[in-house]
Parts: sequence; structure tokens; C-alpha cells
Amino acid sequence: MERERRALLKLAGLTVVGLAGGALARTVEASSKHAAKPGTKRLAMVIDPRKCLEKDGCTDCIGACHAAHNVPAIDDPRREVKWIWKEKFSGAFPDQEAEYVDEALTSKPVLVFCNHCDNPPCVRVCPTQATWRRDDGIVMMDWHRCIGCRYCVAGCPYGSRSFNWVDPRPFLKSPTPDFPTRTKGVVEKCTFCDERIGKGQQPACVEACKEKALVFGDLNDPDSAVRQTLRARFALRRKAGLGTRPAIHYLV
Amino acid sequence: MLEKALQGSRSYWGWVAFLAGLILLGFIAYMRQFAVGLGVTGLSRDVTWGLYIAQFTFLVGVAASAVMVVLPYYLHNYKLFGKITILGEFLAISAVTMCMLFIFVDMGQPTRVLNVMLYPTPNSLMFWDMISLSGYLGLNALISHVTLDAERKGIAPPHWIKPIIILSIPWAVSIHTVTAFLYSGLAARPFWMTAILAPRFLASAFSAGPALLILFCLILRRFTKFDAGREPIQRLAVIVTYAMAINVFFVLMEVFTAIYSGIPEHIEHFEFLYLGLEGKATLVPWMWASAILSVIALVLLINPKTRGNERTLVAACIAVFTALWIEKGLGLIIAGFVPSPMGAVTSYSPSIPEVLIAVGIYAIGIFLITVFYKIALSVRGEVKV
Amino acid sequence: MHDGGKILTGLAVFLVLALLPFWHNAVGGTAAAPQPKIVTQEKECVAPRETIRSTHMELLNTWRDTVVREGTRTYMDARGKTVNMSLTNTCLSCHPNKKEFCDACHNYLAVSPYCWQCHVEKKESA
Repeated sequence: MERERRALLKLAGLTVVGLAGGALARTVEASSKHAAKPGTKRLAMVIDPRKCLEKDGCTDCIGACHAAHNVPAIDDPRREVKWIWKEKFSGAFPDQEAEYVDEALTSKPVLVFCNHCDNPPCVRVCPTQATWRRDDGIVMMDWHRCIGCRYCVAGCPYGSRSFNWVDPRPFLKSPTPDFPTRTKGVVEKCTFCDERIGKGQQPACVEACKEKALVFGDLNDPDSAVRQTLRARFALRRKAGLGTRPAIHYLV
Repeated sequence: MLEKALQGSRSYWGWVAFLAGLILLGFIAYMRQFAVGLGVTGLSRDVTWGLYIAQFTFLVGVAASAVMVVLPYYLHNYKLFGKITILGEFLAISAVTMCMLFIFVDMGQPTRVLNVMLYPTPNSLMFWDMISLSGYLGLNALISHVTLDAERKGIAPPHWIKPIIILSIPWAVSIHTVTAFLYSGLAARPFWMTAILAPRFLASAFSAGPALLILFCLILRRFTKFDAGREPIQRLAVIVTYAMAINVFFVLMEVFTAIYSGIPEHIEHFEFLYLGLEGKATLVPWMWASAILSVIALVLLINPKTRGNERTLVAACIAVFTALWIEKGLGLIIAGFVPSPMGAVTSYSPSIPEVLIAVGIYAIGIFLITVFYKIALSVRGEVKV
Repeated sequence: MHDGGKILTGLAVFLVLALLPFWHNAVGGTAAAPQPKIVTQEKECVAPRETIRSTHMELLNTWRDTVVREGTRTYMDARGKTVNMSLTNTCLSCHPNKKEFCDACHNYLAVSPYCWQCHVEKKESA
């Protein structure tokens, strides 16, 4: 009862408040976002591409993630679903021209996945709040609520989102019972392993990387590993000019 | 009033049966899509919206264009449009219905579509599009019903309907503005992220819609006793001329800004449309056909002689409608996804089930127009029962 | 009005069609209610049996929203015990015979919850 009443009130309230209210709230929220609220986390990741490239053709993190989350292996690139993958440098960083840098660096692929932006365009456009930003910075997905309109896919500047064009089950050899699969018609992406973080574990990709190329932690904690790494070395973020403020940092 | 649609000549029933056949085909194709998923379409991870969303966008324009007959009649008291306002309103109802169906068939989880109302999200433009489209549908349904009912009884329409009609004018502008905002607010898609998108949508709507209305008037004159009269059709033609000229002007402004600024991610989309990218050029012949048709249409429309001649006017209207259908109903949406934000160039062409579903929805729209126009003309005694 | 016959025929056809389920049961008899064998590893459930029977779907909906949307994964149950809110790993660990435990009644009632389109059933050990 209480649930229904709350839902009803929310519906009525939101409808009345309307666009003006929504836009205003977003502006206020955005302006307060940079000042971290005490006690909240800002989960982030730092990637060291040099370490990542140490072992040629290594896909440990991708394998671990896709196995842990029942991500189907669909060969057809048009129907493909992926949470974390290797992208060519010019695709991951189209605004970073590096013509004269050693080709060994720019010809190699870059590890990419959801950026868990501070100001995520996918969340802004979702008509059902099936994707939203948690207080700790994770851009979450609710696969029970997604209607499959793919507006978030159009809104994401990083191509991080995949749509289930068909039922993914036949493409999974042995799904793990620890994580749901998805159904056809919903959008999915990396959720920063919210299910593992909830248990105090590191994300699956971080744990799987033997070269320790991925560092995960809380940006609001000045002593965290991510902050220490970012203090010492310069890092890039994908399409920083768009103002999305990604949480994934690439060391230069 | 509905009973008027249940009596008709053989050719009327033949036409209805033909449309019903197309609708059935579309329905069967949709059942397959419902069972298998959107994998039956030609869409892909990179091109996630295609034929359905493009038709939706184009038809929002057709729906909004009703305002081009309603506004002169009710605001400027231009009496000659009195006979055709109802045609415009019925066209709007059918077009909005088609829009909603196109959105519906594009959903990956159609059974959950009411989540949009269950979890209203004002920061999503899709929420506002739902409100503006359903509001517009309601307004036009109410207005056409009340005015036609008054006409049947031979009395003046009630006074309270006037403010509602006036409200429908800005509302028509709003549906296409909100639809443009769906696209123009996305930083991820430079091709759409242009402030002129909404004005451009309105210009193309106000040329394609009235062009269609002219064609309808001429078809009706041929097959029924209804005659819109020469003067209103000529006035509509002037509206089409101005709107089409403005639309072409806007498109050229887009091309200039993209090319002169030299920003690759803006140019690439135009390259894909008009020259082809990485050997992928499925849209190139279409886009050039659209450009050539636009020029032909403008020449025929701007010249008073050819605009005044009904044969050339028909050609001009068909050219306008086809050119804009290609521009908005094919090019505009697809090119937003090619190249992708990662620079990938992916070809898209709709699959057979996808085309059948789209044709089925158009058949539903044309069926509605047929029935509505039949009712309207029967009420006026302009068609033999 | 000379259409009395047509109207009555139409009504009769409507009644036959609309009440088809009742005719079906009247002729063929009703299906027997299932008597599922409940396999249970624990002595007590997270809520009393009657509550679970009547409102397990609401409890699961609440669990779903709490886990996914609020990020809280544990639930203090009626016994004061803390359990992990998970259909596969809590409910179906305790009752591993999904076919009997879930499907028997759902099929009888002709409801098809879409939980298992995504949530993986553990291999039945029983």
C-alpha cells in the first residue's frame, strides 16, 4: 500500500513539476556535483595502457567480465553484445591526434567500457529511469524496467551500450547462476560490478588482470590507489570536451 | 456518424479490402518480430534506429502540418479554407496514430511500454514527446468530431471549441519541436546536434503536409463530388512554395556550416549521405534523387505559370513529398548513426519484415484517412451513398 | 424494428463465445489443483507459509527493487535472520525443485512470470 501510494505521489508530483522543475533540478545537481558530499564515494578506474599491452593479445579481463555477467558471445558484429572490449585508438580517442607518436602506441587497441560519467547523457535521455546514476557514481541498469527504446544508445558518446537484438540465451554455453542473463529487447552495459562491490570485492576485470593494469577505487578518498596514481601521472579521459566527466582515466 | 463508413460502392470496399490485406501482412510480420525480437530488422549495434523511427519523425511533420489550414481559417478568418480544415484535422489524426504505432513497433520490450507513464521522467524528451503527441491526437479528435457533428446538424459549432482550436495551433508547432529536441540535444551525435533542426523540421513539415493535402483534394475531386475549389488549392500551393524554399535554404545552411568549419565529425555525415564513406554508399542515390526532386519542385512551384497549372502542380507536390520523405524518412535518422561515435561505418538497409511492418502501419493510416474522409464527405452529402 | 431475430442470434453467439471457459469446464470438468511436493532444506522460510503463498510475488518485487535500485542485498526476515535477496541463490537453493515448487502452480493458474527469461535456474539436484 505504502509503496503504491508513494509511486502515485511521485507520479503526480513529477507531472506537475514538469520540465522546468526537471531542468532546474539538474542544473542545481550538476553545480553541486563537483563538491563531493562527505561520506560518499566516487568510484573510478585508472587504466595503464602500457601495462595492458605487455602481454600481446591478452583478453583476461574481457573473458572474466563476460563470464561473470553472462554476456553472450555473438559473432555477428551487427548483433554483438559487449561490456568491455578492445577498440582501436582512433575510435576510443577520436579527438587525440597523435601522428608523430611511436606507432607502437597508437596502433595498439585501447580497453574501453562504460565510462560511468558524472554527467551521463544516457541517464538524461532514459524515459523510464531504467538507467540511473548511483550516489557512488555507478551508472546502473535496471533490466526489469528497460523498454528497449534505445534512446540511451543514441545518447552515449562512447558506444558503450549494447542492445539485445535477439534472445541471448542460445549464445551462452554455460550461464553462471550467480548473475542473471538478459532477455531480448533490453539494453545492457558494464555496471562496474555493482554485485561484487556490494560484497567488498574488486570488479571482475581488475581482479583478472595479472599485469595490474587496472586500478579501481574511490576518488573521494585522497589516499586511495586511484588518487595516488592520478597524482603522479597525467591521464586522459575519452571526449573530455563533452562535459560528461568520465570516471575511467587512461594514463599517458 | 460511423455508420457512414459502412456503406459504400464496390470500389470503396475493394480499396478497404486491399488496405486490410496490407495491414494483415504487416501484422503477421510484427508477430514474428514480437517473437524473435528486433533482430528481424536490418538494425545493428551501431545503427540502432532506422526505418521505424525515421517514419515516425517524418509523420510527426505531416501531423503538424494541419496547422497550415487551421491557422489561416481560424486566426485570419480565411473562409476559403473552411471546406478543407476538416481534411487537415483528419490527416493529423491518422498521422499521429501512425507515429505512435511506429514508436511502438520500435520498442524492444513492447509489453513494458507503459513504464513511460508509470515512471514519468521529465528530463527525458521522450516523456514530453508522449505528452505532446497524445495531447495533439486528443485535440484533433475532439475538434474534428465537434465541428463535423455541428455541420451534420446544420448548426454553428459550440463556442467553447474555439479556444481549443486556437490551442491546437501552438500545440502543432510543439509536437515537431519536441520531436526535433529528441535528436538535437544529443552530444553524441554531431549530425543532429544543431539548433536549426527544429526550424528545419517545421519547414519540411509545412511543405510536405500541405503538398499531401493538395494531392488529397485533387484525388477527392476526381472520385467524389467534393471540390475544394481552385482558390484554396492555389493558396495551399503558395504555402508549400514558401515552406519548401525555406527548407532547402536551411539544409544548405547546415551543409555550409559543416563544410566550412571543417570539423571532421560534422563533415563525415554529409559525406556519407552524398558521396559515401569507406565504400558504403547505400543512401547516395536516394539523397541525390531527393536533391534533384527538390530543385524540380522549387522550379515548378516558384514559377506562377506552372504553379497555376494543376498538372504541373501535381508533379510539384509529388516531388516535394518524395524529396522530403527521402530526406527525413531515410537520410536524417540513419546518417546520425553513420559514422558511429567510434568512427565505424555500418551499412543499414531495412529487412523485408521491417518493410512489411512499415507498409502495414502506413496502410492503417491510409485506412483511417479513407474512413474519416468518407464520413466527412457523406455528412456533407458530397459522396453518393 | 424488424431485426429482433438478428439481435437475438447475435446475443446468443456472443454469450456462447464470451462464456467459453465456463462451457469448457462444464463439459470437460475442471483440472485438479496441483499438490506440489515441497522440498525444503531449512526448517523455516523468510516469511510465514500463508504470507508466502499469497504474496510471494510482492516480496520478490520488493527484493528486486531493493537490490537493483537501492543496492541493498540483504534482508532481515521474519525469523530475524539475515538472508541474501536472491531468487536463484536463496529461494531456489532452499527449494531446488523448481518444476514442482514454481511451475506446477503457475501452469495450473496459467500465469507465466518472466523471471526465468533472465534468472538462471540452478541445475536440479533432486
